[in-house]
Amino acid sequence: MHAHLTRRQWLGATAAASLPWLTPVAELLAQQPGAKRQPARSLILLWLAGGPSQLETFDPHPGTKIGGPTRAISTRARGVQIAAGLPRTAEVMDQVALVRSVRSQEGDHERGTYMVKTGYRPNPTVNHPSIGAICCYALPEAVPGLGRTEIPRHVSILPGQWPGRGGDLGNQYDAFVTYDPLRPVPDVTPRVGESRFRRRLAGLEHLNRRFARRRPVQSARTLDQTLLDRAVRMMSSEQLAAFDVTQEPLAVRERYGNTPFGRGCLAARRLIEVGVRCVEVTLPGWDTHADNFTGHAELLQVLDPALSALIEDLKQRDLLQHTVIMCCGEFGRTPRINPLEGRDHWPHGFSVALAGGRIRGGVVVGQTDPEGSKNTVDPQPVANVHATVLAALGIDYTREYESHSGRPIKLCEGEPIRSLLL
Amino acid sequence: MNQPSSVEASPIRAPVWLRNVFLCMLVLLMAATAARGLLRPEEKPDRWQQVQLPKWRRGVEFEQSLQRLDQALARRWQQAGVEPAPKAPLLLLARRVALALCGTVPSLEEIRRLERYRGPDPLGWWTQGLLEDPRCHDYLAERLARSLVGVEVGPFIVYRRQRFVGYLADQLAQDRPWDQVVREILTARGLWTNQPQANFITVTLDDNDQEQPDPVSLAARTARGLLGVRMDCAECHDHPFDRWTQQDFHQLAAFFAPVEVRFFGVRDGQRHYYWKPLGAERPVRGYPRVPFAAELLPKQGVPRQRLARWVTHPQNRAFARATVNRMWAVVFGRPLVEPVDNIPLEGDVPEELDLLAEDFVRHGFRLRRLVHLMVASQAFARDSLEPPGADRRHVEKAVANWAIFPLTPLRPEQVARSILQATSPGTIDHQSHVLVRLVRWAGEREFVQRYGDLGEEEFAPRGATIPQRLLLLNGKLVTERTRPEPPLGASFQVAHFAADDEEAVRIAFLAVLTRAPEPEELRFFAAWLDGTQGRRRQRAIEDLYATLLNSTEFGWNH
Repeated sequence: MHAHLTRRQWLGATAAASLPWLTPVAELLAQQPGAKRQPARSLILLWLAGGPSQLETFDPHPGTKIGGPTRAISTRARGVQIAAGLPRTAEVMDQVALVRSVRSQEGDHERGTYMVKTGYRPNPTVNHPSIGAICCYALPEAVPGLGRTEIPRHVSILPGQWPGRGGDLGNQYDAFVTYDPLRPVPDVTPRVGESRFRRRLAGLEHLNRRFARRRPVQSARTLDQTLLDRAVRMMSSEQLAAFDVTQEPLAVRERYGNTPFGRGCLAARRLIEVGVRCVEVTLPGWDTHADNFTGHAELLQVLDPALSALIEDLKQRDLLQHTVIMCCGEFGRTPRINPLEGRDHWPHGFSVALAGGRIRGGVVVGQTDPEGSKNTVDPQPVANVHATVLAALGIDYTREYESHSGRPIKLCEGEPIRSLLL
Repeated sequence: MNQPSSVEASPIRAPVWLRNVFLCMLVLLMAATAARGLLRPEEKPDRWQQVQLPKWRRGVEFEQSLQRLDQALARRWQQAGVEPAPKAPLLLLARRVALALCGTVPSLEEIRRLERYRGPDPLGWWTQGLLEDPRCHDYLAERLARSLVGVEVGPFIVYRRQRFVGYLADQLAQDRPWDQVVREILTARGLWTNQPQANFITVTLDDNDQEQPDPVSLAARTARGLLGVRMDCAECHDHPFDRWTQQDFHQLAAFFAPVEVRFFGVRDGQRHYYWKPLGAERPVRGYPRVPFAAELLPKQGVPRQRLARWVTHPQNRAFARATVNRMWAVVFGRPLVEPVDNIPLEGDVPEELDLLAEDFVRHGFRLRRLVHLMVASQAFARDSLEPPGADRRHVEKAVANWAIFPLTPLRPEQVARSILQATSPGTIDHQSHVLVRLVRWAGEREFVQRYGDLGEEEFAPRGATIPQRLLLLNGKLVTERTRPEPPLGASFQVAHFAADDEEAVRIAFLAVLTRAPEPEELRFFAAWLDGTQGRRRQRAIEDLYATLLNSTEFGWNH
């Protein structure tokens, strides 16, 4: 029964370190040989829920049977064209790398989301952590130069149905879920006045002390009091202000667009500035089985300002080199246009946009077939995109953790796309 | 108010004022129904008056099995050199049973009923009452479904998770033999809508394999969920620590290869199974073979039916053990053998596991009997109190050997339901007013979403998180449920109807923690209410409820 033993040893070893946001001490920042830049320290995942059409975003094929009415425009990156609905993004494409040949094996929303967020296909025996959870697990709690992060290190703004999860790494790596940054951050403000809140805490201490006195060993393991103290500390943390986009000048806010997603992207920037490791911002509505072109045109008006402003803003603040941006959905959409002027699910070759950190801007990897077949040039499995992102964050993606069933699982099974890394 | 478009153009179109009158009447009618339901609840038939212990529960054989179980526990404590904790009070035991079977703390109404009960075996009566409660059938069905179909939304068109859970609930309501239920699930045919058990198959539909069920997932679920063996670790290579080879696993998967989904639903076709041995160039054909106890496999029949007979064969110990281990985890919060789905086939397993498995098989695979045996056992009766001054290692040993009841965190839906129940004057169940049930459903759903569902791995060791603590401190559910809102808010009612300060504190303690306050606590919290009136009093009681709902004692099973 070695399996039991190993598992227990592992649990024992990690239990002590499993305080939320106290990451197990990691041998981190595994410098890649020949790396020219410092690894990034945070990840911003712009999640286009529903599956955006590659043909209407980063991989247009105008003038072909599959292209539809979408036009292409030239960009700041030489020889790279993207859809005309993204004019401002075109201006920053010299900072963006495109992988146009990403292949997933999952064409269902739930399974596709799992695949693209974790880098693995769903499997009933393993709960793979999503990429944001991996960042929090593998990178230390404190960001050098910023001190300790008192607020959640994994945040999901405007979460869809499936925000990032810690999976087998533990629920302390689940994303903290929050909504439009114009709304108050949920659960961090007391619902009653100061004196009543203090009274409740005093009552709680009275009750918990009695409970713990009679069960000292077992109740110490619940960590309840520690968590309570940290929760109360977080409620008064100055870092919470990072969620509040109204503190930004109006001009900055307008650049991101006056939309929940735009505000989410702005909040993401503010959050990584105080040491949050991963912020996921969701823009839903891409599942355009009908009326694909109108639907995408509307969504691009939201995405374009937010994405371009985020890249420009990070660049201006000298933060782009410390941040990796990953922008994609769970799959692409079919080259064939259906009778409802829509496009259906297409995991056989879709686009992921990457920027920041050690990602080389202005580069394109892979090509899809202008005829619309499943054949792509230089196909890249989702896991390779993950390996690239993790490498850009200086995370040893081959490192293994043990799943709840005692299986050693690699953080990522792919290989980085070398041409994308500086 | 949907009028057909032809009416729009018609000259005899109803005037606007008339339509507004109709609308007002409709709204009034709905409000009246709600008000009537809330103010003058219909007389509910009193289910508890009919509750009686079944004959077998009072029989000699049950007593003998229980005695053997208790003797095994006593031997275990002696060998480990641990002293069993004192016996837990009845109300605490009742709380544990309610959490395990219905996912909530008992209501004040139920507590009073238990206190009034004068029969010989109150805990047995209480357990039987809850086992007959539709809340229990729904709740246990959901818990058992997790190991069979997981928690995912699943393939949109061909999968109906709620139908599957409903099917399980119906079987539990009838206390049908579990082996029969499992055979039905494994061999299901037909449409996922009218043959709900077929969803066990259709949830695994794989978009890459011509939209057909996935034999690998089905084999993994069968092995883990039904047999308590983790053979799926051998999917890609021989198991590094266990006896399972890659071939074992794929031969098990081969039983599911012929299953296909067609227009008329699930059926058995002719597909062959191929798998790729580690390092091999080409896939090889896999033939259906079972990984152990091959003598129990029927020689003839459709592969799935043979497999179902083999899995549930009375001599296939793995099946009974796996069921017992899972039910033990439901009742105690922690399985007898950890992890819950990895029970060694040979070698040492706890004696209690085999004793219960033996009784389970001999008495027709009845889950209710199993639950009764567990609840009546000496292990369940233990308190979670530690001997004063005992060192850590000793306590851990005692807990590991069930001499001290283990502390486990309430599951997210248990927390949500318990908050809702503790702040409601009456029991929230199938007989509650439709609005009350609606509020419960919505509140629970929203809370669990923020708290984080556990998914399939519900018994994996885990801790709480800071966002969870924040949700309880400042979240919507606790805030709304403790607010003194007339006429039904708990703190409003307590503020108005409790005879005095101490009575108010007593009621709040009973409702939330299922126990009376100790004198010291009574003094401490009654002081909050001392001399208060009106709104101040209501706020003090609101604070009292919020405090109790945030305590470790409420948030953990103990």
